[in-house]
Amino acid sequence: MTSVIERPVTGAEAGRPNGPPPPTVERVVRPTPDRYRNPIGPYKVRRSADCHSCAVCVDVCPYGVHVKPAGYKLPLRPRDYLCIGPKCAETDHYCVEHCPNKALSVGRNPTADAIGDPRWTSDLLLATWRQAETGSMTSFGDLEYRHGASGGGFDALRFRFPQTLATVAPEDVDTRLELNRRDDGRPRVTIDMPIYGGGMSFGSVSIHVMIARARAATAWNTFTCTGEGGYPERLQPYDDHVITQVATGLFGVREDTIQRVRIVEFKYAQGAKPGLGGHLLGDKNTPDVARMRQAVAGNALFSPFPFHSVYSVEDHKKHLDWVKAINPRALMSVKVSTPTDVDMVAVGSYHAGAHIIHMDGSYGGTGAAPDIAKKNIAMPIEYAIPRVHRFLVEEGVRDEIVLIASGGLRTADDVLKAIALGADGAVVGTAEIVALGCIRCGNCESGRGCARGIATTDRKLIEQVQVDWATQRLINMYAAWRERMVDVLARMGMRSVSELRGRHDCLRRVRWGEEGTDD
Amino acid sequence: MPERYHVPTVPTPGRFPKTGKYSIVDWREDCARCRNCVKNACVSGIWPLERAYDRDPTTPLEPSFDCRACLSCVQGCTKGILSLSVNPAYLMLGDGYWSREMLSTTWAQAETGRIPVSGAGYRGPFCGPGFDSMWTDMSEIVRPTRDGIHGREYISTSVDIGSKPLRVRFDADGVADEEPPLIELPVPFILDVPPWGSDGKRLATARASAAKTLRTLSVMRASQISDSDDLDTLAPLLDGEEIAANEPLLRGARLVELSDGPQVAHYVKQALNVNPRLVVGVRTPFTVHAGERLLRLHEAGVRVVHLCADEYGREVDTDEPRYLRDALREVHGCLVQEGIRDEVTLIVGGGIALAEHMAKAIICGADLVAVSAPLLVALGCRVCDGDHDASCPVQIQEIDADYGAQRMVNLMGAWHSQLIEVLGAMGIREVRRLRGETGRAMFLEDLDREAFGDIGY
Repeated sequence: MTSVIERPVTGAEAGRPNGPPPPTVERVVRPTPDRYRNPIGPYKVRRSADCHSCAVCVDVCPYGVHVKPAGYKLPLRPRDYLCIGPKCAETDHYCVEHCPNKALSVGRNPTADAIGDPRWTSDLLLATWRQAETGSMTSFGDLEYRHGASGGGFDALRFRFPQTLATVAPEDVDTRLELNRRDDGRPRVTIDMPIYGGGMSFGSVSIHVMIARARAATAWNTFTCTGEGGYPERLQPYDDHVITQVATGLFGVREDTIQRVRIVEFKYAQGAKPGLGGHLLGDKNTPDVARMRQAVAGNALFSPFPFHSVYSVEDHKKHLDWVKAINPRALMSVKVSTPTDVDMVAVGSYHAGAHIIHMDGSYGGTGAAPDIAKKNIAMPIEYAIPRVHRFLVEEGVRDEIVLIASGGLRTADDVLKAIALGADGAVVGTAEIVALGCIRCGNCESGRGCARGIATTDRKLIEQVQVDWATQRLINMYAAWRERMVDVLARMGMRSVSELRGRHDCLRRVRWGEEGTDD
Repeated sequence: MPERYHVPTVPTPGRFPKTGKYSIVDWREDCARCRNCVKNACVSGIWPLERAYDRDPTTPLEPSFDCRACLSCVQGCTKGILSLSVNPAYLMLGDGYWSREMLSTTWAQAETGRIPVSGAGYRGPFCGPGFDSMWTDMSEIVRPTRDGIHGREYISTSVDIGSKPLRVRFDADGVADEEPPLIELPVPFILDVPPWGSDGKRLATARASAAKTLRTLSVMRASQISDSDDLDTLAPLLDGEEIAANEPLLRGARLVELSDGPQVAHYVKQALNVNPRLVVGVRTPFTVHAGERLLRLHEAGVRVVHLCADEYGREVDTDEPRYLRDALREVHGCLVQEGIRDEVTLIVGGGIALAEHMAKAIICGADLVAVSAPLLVALGCRVCDGDHDASCPVQIQEIDADYGAQRMVNLMGAWHSQLIEVLGAMGIREVRRLRGETGRAMFLEDLDREAFGDIGY
């Protein structure tokens, strides 16, 4: 038995003896407003021409909707995204009531009603933006930030809190997750939250987004993933918090990239397009992308399905062994989709030597995929987790492997529900890009790409997302998520997130339409 | 290299202005006329279309229906005078079965002939009735289609209609039985008569022409067929009494569908007497007794049955109809139980509205499906509840036949591509092997019981 290396070996020690020390990113919440001039909120506040600029509204509103900077004659246009709406009338600071000239009115914002869908409701989008702005879960008016309205899966599950008051203080709750449960001599890798970032390749998202994700992962001592698009040089300072993917197209996979990281992920399939491989349109294959992927610019790049050298668990083990030999300190993660036999796939991966099984359910995914695949191929992650968890328990290997769930986990509540269903942790993708301003318009693949500057390589569009801003938004969102997780766990009377794993008794189901009181 | 099946799709815009989901409300009164107007930066190029209208009022003004709701202009406008709103006309589209999203995606497929693709995850409800509460399998590692995405052209979508004897009998002279006629179609669908409105001449011609291009069959009432029509792509639909009057049709056609009735066995024989090389199918309503009826028809020598569910994909003639998802599995199981499944060809129609319905109906036990309502939607039908013939708002009956055919071809081409996606993901090389493969599908009740069974309410 080789000795366990307790301290994580840094990229500097492994491959960059004379390199600069790894950068530190502070885990501090800082207010980070929307990057657009007009942030969207659930309500619109209108100020009519009857306004006499008396600024009574500025004095009464505690939310900062009305602002009149010193020296200004008129108040600014109401910052109505901060408004809590007509229910403010129940308080003593309702601007509409106080206005002596009746110049103010409050109503629903039509834009807020037009965005969103059953899975990511308007409320979820707005709440995620507020979390990314404030770093906190509280004070969002009546926005429903815990679940969507899809009528099933996570949206039809609620927490069942114990009757007796829990005695655990929030500061005593441990949210860390150990990613190496095998006693195989490889390093222990612990992340501070049971969440890491999903694979989004260079080309599918901009370099600014990639760096911001890596920086936020550094701040939270967790990971982000390169996806299948090579390992941009600008990510190298964050080696210790990057997972690099070995996927079916092998784009950008080199000995050097495998040796840099602490976790290597084998991507067999992805939830949004299970069994279909990947496809980067020619438009997005710019010279930079092509160089990274060792391909020809302008050509559409297909990542085929499946691994053409893997037709059995033995073949799979052979691949893991190769990578283990190339990088003796790396953990192996295996990303699979959710077919009928996902339990067998999971146990096969365990026997092949994987440390992490990452199951990607079909309703999530960030990249463009055929609509028919997203809805119809492979089962929703909610159903796959208990099946795999149970099977691994029955096989007696559950405690030697880490089970990670992804594919449609939108909120901190979804993550905890996934853990209660049997996962150890979760991978998050869409929520991260929503924090960066994604509106889920779904046009990731068309023309120049994302109008919001996230899923694009267009030089002009990517400038909309600046690295520092994006980093802080992600740090804030995770701070808010951790706050919610700690709150739920403390109310459950749990000192560690690991206590929640597989606790179906901590969940209850709701029939859609007759939800009753919420937790 | 074997011949590849290819659907010649051609972009074919709709005849009427689009009913898009979004529109942008522009409160121009407050506009500051600033130099950095967000409209100039519109990534989808929608606002410049509006500018064209400003210069030339004859330009149609519905560009914002193409708006992709990226909100860049709404959020970026200096004065905040823009709002996104959902087009009220869009909200009025469809009915309880044909949702707005289904109409939009069908129109888009009929226009482009391409698979609908979007990013950032699935957007609909968790599950729904019927086919919406089942999922198809995928194959993680072991794949017969070894070449993945590049091998898809080798996935066969061919199916057979006709009698398939389970064994070959020999006598002293060799094979004793004559080989029964079998129709091989390159796609697992036929085009059926419209579920509502009349099957006017132009519509029928468009459908027949689409069937020819797609190399499948179009079901058509015998009274609609004229001498000049190409009988190779038509499947005449007859009542038994009409056989005598339509013998030339029966001699020229490959498949004929007879309406079910007490005398149908007799009529089948009568049709075969006219043309022994004809494939005769019986068109029967999908009632709760469909399994029993199928066995009786099989006893009477019928080998092709077209089961017609209602337009919502449910059983007919019952107060508590089941969806095809469940009813079809039972019927299929019934034939399997009797050991005659492979002798019978099951065509299933009614409520087949999306490409996934085709794949799922086949998984539940159909050999192929009959497509009807989507063909009307491809022509612009909004599934409104008006009088379909006299006052059709999109003038289906006045359609140009070539235009209509291309829209249908585009839609079915997109369906074909989507079927290949499903088959490719499952690692199944031909659609014949998908039939009844319920082990390669997952059903809501099973998943729910297994995963959430021990979680209380």
